[in-house]
Amino acid sequence: MNLLESFRIAVRALSANKVRSALTMLGVIIGVAAVILLVSIGTGVQSQITGQIAGLGSNLLFVIPGKIGGGGGGPEAGAGKKFTLDDVAYLQTRLGADNRVIPELAGAADLRLHNQTMNGQIAASNENVADAALGTLQSGRWYARGEVVGASRVAVIGSNVRDTLFPGQDPIGATLDVNGQPFRVIGLLEKKGGGLGGSQDNLVGIPITTAQQLLGSRDISELLVRVNDAKNVDATKALTEIALRPRYSDQFTVFTQAQTLSLLGTILGTLTAMLAGLASISLLVGGIGIMNIMLVSVSERTREIGIRKAVGARTYDILSQFVIEAIVLSLLGGTVGILVGAGGALALSAFVATKVTFWAVALAFLFSAAVGVFFGVYPAWRASRLDPIVALRYE
Amino acid sequence: MTDPATGINADNIDSQDGPSCSLEVVLEARDVSKSYVLDEVVVDALSDVTLEVCRGEMLAIMGPSGSGKSTLMHIVGLLDHPTSGIVTIDGEDVSHMAPNALAAVRNKRIGFVFQSFNLLARTSALTNVELPLVYSGISGGERARRARAALERVGLGERLGHMPNQLSGGQQQRVAIARALVTEPSIVLADEPTGNLDSKSGVEVMKILQGLNAQGITVVIVTHDARVARHAQRVVHIADGRIVLNEAVECRIMAGDGQGAVAELEADAASLSVNQTAVPR
Repeated sequence: MNLLESFRIAVRALSANKVRSALTMLGVIIGVAAVILLVSIGTGVQSQITGQIAGLGSNLLFVIPGKIGGGGGGPEAGAGKKFTLDDVAYLQTRLGADNRVIPELAGAADLRLHNQTMNGQIAASNENVADAALGTLQSGRWYARGEVVGASRVAVIGSNVRDTLFPGQDPIGATLDVNGQPFRVIGLLEKKGGGLGGSQDNLVGIPITTAQQLLGSRDISELLVRVNDAKNVDATKALTEIALRPRYSDQFTVFTQAQTLSLLGTILGTLTAMLAGLASISLLVGGIGIMNIMLVSVSERTREIGIRKAVGARTYDILSQFVIEAIVLSLLGGTVGILVGAGGALALSAFVATKVTFWAVALAFLFSAAVGVFFGVYPAWRASRLDPIVALRYE
Repeated sequence: MTDPATGINADNIDSQDGPSCSLEVVLEARDVSKSYVLDEVVVDALSDVTLEVCRGEMLAIMGPSGSGKSTLMHIVGLLDHPTSGIVTIDGEDVSHMAPNALAAVRNKRIGFVFQSFNLLARTSALTNVELPLVYSGISGGERARRARAALERVGLGERLGHMPNQLSGGQQQRVAIARALVTEPSIVLADEPTGNLDSKSGVEVMKILQGLNAQGITVVIVTHDARVARHAQRVVHIADGRIVLNEAVECRIMAGDGQGAVAELEADAASLSVNQTAVPR
């Protein structure tokens, strides 16, 4: 009997037991799809966020209040005294006009136009906002120095804000309410896609002075320093630290982009590992599902093996049938699982960044296939060694 | 086995000298024993059984449950292996063959009919009957043709595509007989073929088996039922793992010949057999 015949027998046996075949495949599908989906979220978010940071340029310094790193304590961002606009002016003077100091202040925004409302995020800065890499202007302009000094009520809006409040219209020059105050739209950002903590496209960029009035605060969230040349990043970092130490002692931290990326990499790597851990539980559950259905059907299949041996099947015939059955189920289930996982990742990408990785696909597929083949073939191998009459009478 | 030399009187003769083969021996078990270990106790299912089956005969192996009759059939049918002793088929010693060689012998020379049918579930009658041919390496079209012919032979030509659960017990057993026939074996072994059937289906099955025998196939039936056994030409009685009686059937019942139950009752009333030979234990 040749391999093609074994294949036909296996396919016939699978189609004769559709429920059993489907349940076994379900175990493979669940395991493979869950791993692909969860790992794709982890790696997708990781690569998106690191990509955003990397996209800011290698000549950017991040200055945040609080002491981070060094010693056993974890990150204490925001724990220290907040910077003020006075610090911005002071640091700008110390670093020289070649380097641009960019304050940032974030806050929640209730956006309203007539009866239409939405939640947005305030991202406020000064006249150097174009260097803050908040996004690329699609039309209009950023606010100018005069508008920052005068705390003008002007706003640059994200693409989502436009789509929600000004569907199909040119928003430039129009007025919308931010936290109850009227703002004139002067710029529109290009669509950017999702990220952690809400979409980047829900931004409302306003002058930082205006934002401080609106949010009733004199603080700013953090400082960015755009260094004139990437070569001078370390020197400028040292200069920044020297400049700020008299005011803040050691209760602030200056990161270079490389340091930020490595810190984020650690945090996001943990996130991915956690999701992979969840996924491996799904893989295990799927594997147990496969194991159960295979073990439950052992007695029926042992009798089937008895019948086949009684009418002349050799050990080889039995084994090749069961190996092929297991491989077909694993391949079918694995393929469906990959499609479901990748499709799910695609569907989820509307809400959160996803990235299907080869190693997740390969790992999930190989594990499920190994479980399927082992629990499909091992009982069959044992049964194929029995005397036919023992197999026939198996209970 | 009994040594004729120790026989006490002239009537005590070895089973070989009872009703025996005028033709060649197709199947032989010589000094076959089978013991199991059950809960650390050794149980002797068969003790030194010697049996000859002649080509073309219809033989019944009869005994109460637990007598070892099924074990004997499984051993001569190569479904089970004896603890000691020799089994020959067509004069060839098959006792020491490798499992795959035994599979080939079962495939080509022996057909089995079981009490519980043992058809593949959720698999059509035609596919079930094709099964032995699959393992003989016969390809698609020829296989289907032969399987169809075998099913027509047992009167199921109209039910090729039916699943076992869509068939009555009698029909399932006929599918099993078709499966046993399809490789054109020289021997058909039937283990309580009517055991799970109502009397009408049982008569049909016995009629088919007698018909096969009439066409020259050697048929061995294992049964506990004296009436079923009397469908055969010869009955070997077995008890406690030993052959106790080897008799030719005097009033053989021909299944479905129209005499019906009355004739069978008359046959019951008749003496077991005139030409019977007790086998000393």
